[in-house]
Amino acid sequence: MSYLPYALAGWLFVVGLYGVVTSRNLIHLVVCVSVIQSATYVLLLAIGYVKGGTAPIFNGIALGTKAVDPVVQALTLTDVVVSVTSMALLLAIAVEVHKRTGTLDPDELREMHG
Amino acid sequence: MIPLQAVTLALVAAGGLAVVLARDVVRQAFVNGFYGLSLVVLFLVFQAPDVALSAITVGSAAAPLVIAISIARVHRRERKR
Amino acid sequence: MSRRLRTGLFLVGGAGLWALLGWAFAGLPAFGDYHGVYGRLVNRDSLGQTHAMSAIAAVTFDYRGFDTLGEDFILFASVLGVALLLRQVRERDVDARQAVEESEPVRAVGAIAVPAFFLLGLFVIAHGYLTPGGGFQGGVVVGLALVLVSIATDYRSYARLVHKSLADLVEGVGAGAYVAVGVGGLVAGSAFLESFVSRGKIGELTSSGTIALLSWASGLEVAGATLLLASEFLEELLARRRR
Repeated sequence: MSYLPYALAGWLFVVGLYGVVTSRNLIHLVVCVSVIQSATYVLLLAIGYVKGGTAPIFNGIALGTKAVDPVVQALTLTDVVVSVTSMALLLAIAVEVHKRTGTLDPDELREMHG
Repeated sequence: MIPLQAVTLALVAAGGLAVVLARDVVRQAFVNGFYGLSLVVLFLVFQAPDVALSAITVGSAAAPLVIAISIARVHRRERKR
Repeated sequence: MSRRLRTGLFLVGGAGLWALLGWAFAGLPAFGDYHGVYGRLVNRDSLGQTHAMSAIAAVTFDYRGFDTLGEDFILFASVLGVALLLRQVRERDVDARQAVEESEPVRAVGAIAVPAFFLLGLFVIAHGYLTPGGGFQGGVVVGLALVLVSIATDYRSYARLVHKSLADLVEGVGAGAYVAVGVGGLVAGSAFLESFVSRGKIGELTSSGTIALLSWASGLEVAGATLLLASEFLEELLARRRR
């Protein structure tokens, strides 16, 4: 029971990877990549959790109350915002691929054209 | 682990599976929006309000925006052909 | 490799990955049983050292400010990539010819919502070290408030309001300001990104030294990046290329 968040992180990773492997549409593939990224967020936050801890913002609460780890939260919050821009880059690539080849199916995009 | 955390974990697991299994991209955009919201609740329940704030802004507005515009762009070219 | 073969291969590999992940995660301490030292130290000392109420903001912009500089430049590079990809063919007419039904209620709601969200975004950036918030979250809200103009009215009003060169400039100024504040630490005789502005009183808006400046720089950059992304994608959607 106490390893459930880690299991969730592993589950999201494997499920997202399954989506990437069996995808028939490049846009669907990009959204599955974002599911894989969310697995890392869950893992980071689960590692930093302190049982009975509160959010590490000491606005009105006394210094010394048990709080969760702020370092992993700092990593995760910048990661969340940057991941949407990298997803936009992947989507731009998908749109360009459709422009040049007319299809979004990864299985039909096998050969590289010079 | 408190029950709220357990329920939210189950919701996120189901949401992730639903996002992957939604093969039609328009439907997947919607499901991705709901999955983002469930992630926000998970972040809140893990006592991370800053991360939840990022996830709300990004998952409810910025990500659906770029996904929807990409779908519309591709669909428009398909229709023109 | 056929589809079936690929799926079968993945099922085998995925099962192996699942087993390995399970073994790896079983070695971690149980959920809630936090063994780390750095987090406890930061929680104990960040308020006294940085005068920032939010330990997360202190970590993002002070203790690990260098990592945030890297994240800012990842953002910059991704937006650069999008602009390079989507701008090549298109310098021609952006044609907002899609049939826009002029809807008065939508415009009315937009007229109220856009300034409200813009101010909310600025508030979130400004209070990043006192409450949850900061440059990244507030920057996205500010950028999206302006994109709301294009949704509430049409693309032409949005393009007139937010020139792409302006969004470029805002993003560049944000990224450059972050580095400039860091260099300011060097100029003031201490290390790169070390605070050279007085820390002030805890709880006020003018506290926490350079955390406020770096938060604003990041907010500017993220807002510019969001506007640029939205502009590129919207133009890509609405451009009519001559074949």
